[in-house]
Amino acid sequence: MSSSPQVILAPTNSKDTIAVNITITNGYLRYHDSIDPVLSQLNMTMPAKQWTCILGRSGCGKTSLLRYLAGLLDQQVTWSGEYAINANQQVLADLNNQIAYMAQQDLLLPWLSVLDNVTLSSKFGGKMSKSASKVTSQASTNKALTLLAKVGLADNAQHFPQQLSGGMRQRVALARTLMQDKPVVLMDEPFSALDAVTRYRLQDLACELLADKTVVLITHDPQEAIRLADQIYIMQGTPASAENLSVPTSATPRQFDAECAQLQQQIMSCLAKEYRDESEDEDEDEGESGVGYE
Amino acid sequence: MRVRVVLDMSELINNLTPAQSNAVKNTDKQQRHISPWLRAIISTLVIIGIWQSIVDIFAMPSFILPAPLAVFERLIERHEVLFKHTLVTAQEIVFGLLLGLFMGLFFALQMLLFKPIKHWLLPLLIASQAIPVFAIAPVLMLWLGYGMASKIVMAALIIFFPVTTCCYDGLRNTPTGYLDLAKTMGATKWQLLRHIQLPASLPTLASGIRVAVVIAPIGAVAGEWVGSSAGLGYLMLQANARMMIDEMFAALLILSALSILLYFVTDKVLKKLIPWEG
Repeated sequence: MSSSPQVILAPTNSKDTIAVNITITNGYLRYHDSIDPVLSQLNMTMPAKQWTCILGRSGCGKTSLLRYLAGLLDQQVTWSGEYAINANQQVLADLNNQIAYMAQQDLLLPWLSVLDNVTLSSKFGGKMSKSASKVTSQASTNKALTLLAKVGLADNAQHFPQQLSGGMRQRVALARTLMQDKPVVLMDEPFSALDAVTRYRLQDLACELLADKTVVLITHDPQEAIRLADQIYIMQGTPASAENLSVPTSATPRQFDAECAQLQQQIMSCLAKEYRDESEDEDEDEGESGVGYE
Repeated sequence: MRVRVVLDMSELINNLTPAQSNAVKNTDKQQRHISPWLRAIISTLVIIGIWQSIVDIFAMPSFILPAPLAVFERLIERHEVLFKHTLVTAQEIVFGLLLGLFMGLFFALQMLLFKPIKHWLLPLLIASQAIPVFAIAPVLMLWLGYGMASKIVMAALIIFFPVTTCCYDGLRNTPTGYLDLAKTMGATKWQLLRHIQLPASLPTLASGIRVAVVIAPIGAVAGEWVGSSAGLGYLMLQANARMMIDEMFAALLILSALSILLYFVTDKVLKKLIPWEG
């Protein structure tokens, strides 16, 4: 069903021209093993080549939404509502083969070197890797080395993940994400486990390197959203829906100014509202599925 | 404001403390580190000392507990015979290990890939461990003869359960994050198995192998006791029947040395192959 438009998208050298935007209208998502939906009445637009930041308290369904977009929940959930994906005027049925996924953990495979971790996606089949296999492995190694140099880890290519610090590991994960070269990048709190300065630097780096992608970033940190977002959604309620907040028009990554402070105030009061009527029962579905692995 | 800063500082120190104390512990460890060879020599000497003193204090007759020196004399005197039989037992253990590992891996993969099979295989798996090897040994002798084959199968049977369960657990408990990542990269079921699940299961499998290496000799020697014409177990039985207790002890010493050597070599190899293991 979705394969024919993907073939049209296949030429990878024209990556700059692939611009995917996602529109969700009246979205509804329910896990098969639960009676209550996680999301309903969800309206969202994720414009091409922009950063969409999603805020919300733990367990509100942010991660479920992201995992649904990543195609990881197809077997487990019921979805209804309009879900439109436009890629260069082509309409796609789903985001398969269009996304790169970056999680809170770096998810570097400990048995592979840094370089092999970056080129991991070339091991896996599908339409993209066929076109990738035409490029010799030498070329993909060169590309990986260039990307590692971009994230400042050129000297660590032959190291193993356990020899690196947390910040370096997450930078390798960023290089791996860039290596996949997909038009959509889904990020689930990728910087939350890092210390303040490392996080700041990595935000700048990601902002620079992912400028031409459609980025969906889940975060708990209002300041992170304010620095990086072209638009901000706050998810709240049970089941959750999304509320759009207007964002300063200045270029990202933003310096923190009065306007940002005001927006932060607005975000905080929006989020606090949710905690005030907490007497409602807890949402058990998401269960921090993005956090509890290790 | 000042109070807050102080609080932050104390938080900072609290955060640092575990790392620092770890560092202190590590240097402590390094300072106290004794060469493994030295450790082996010391513990051997201690055991021999205790052994000798028991012989002296209780005035043990040599047909109950021979003195260490007598055993060593026997060890040197009969080294050719002992070596011949050691070789047989060692081969049985190694081949038994390989067979058991292969079978365990195979069964674990079957259970992973074909979920319904698991419920059928599980009773078989448990039975393989619950029936004492001594009980099936005569049957195996009957089917496979007095040669090496029956002992290899015995050793394989006895390690089958730990290897299979460890391997299956390792395959089943792949971190969800790895699987998610590979799935978003478009990995097929086979690619997931080959590139993610199998390598991710190696540390768990390694602990299964460590257990297997230690218990495999039990299977081999038990097999030799029930019926054989070669091997350390056979030698011990013969020596016992002829009241050559020192020779029996010599065989026993070799058997323990063999097991220890096998364990440490395996451990070394596994650590080399799986450097990311805890």
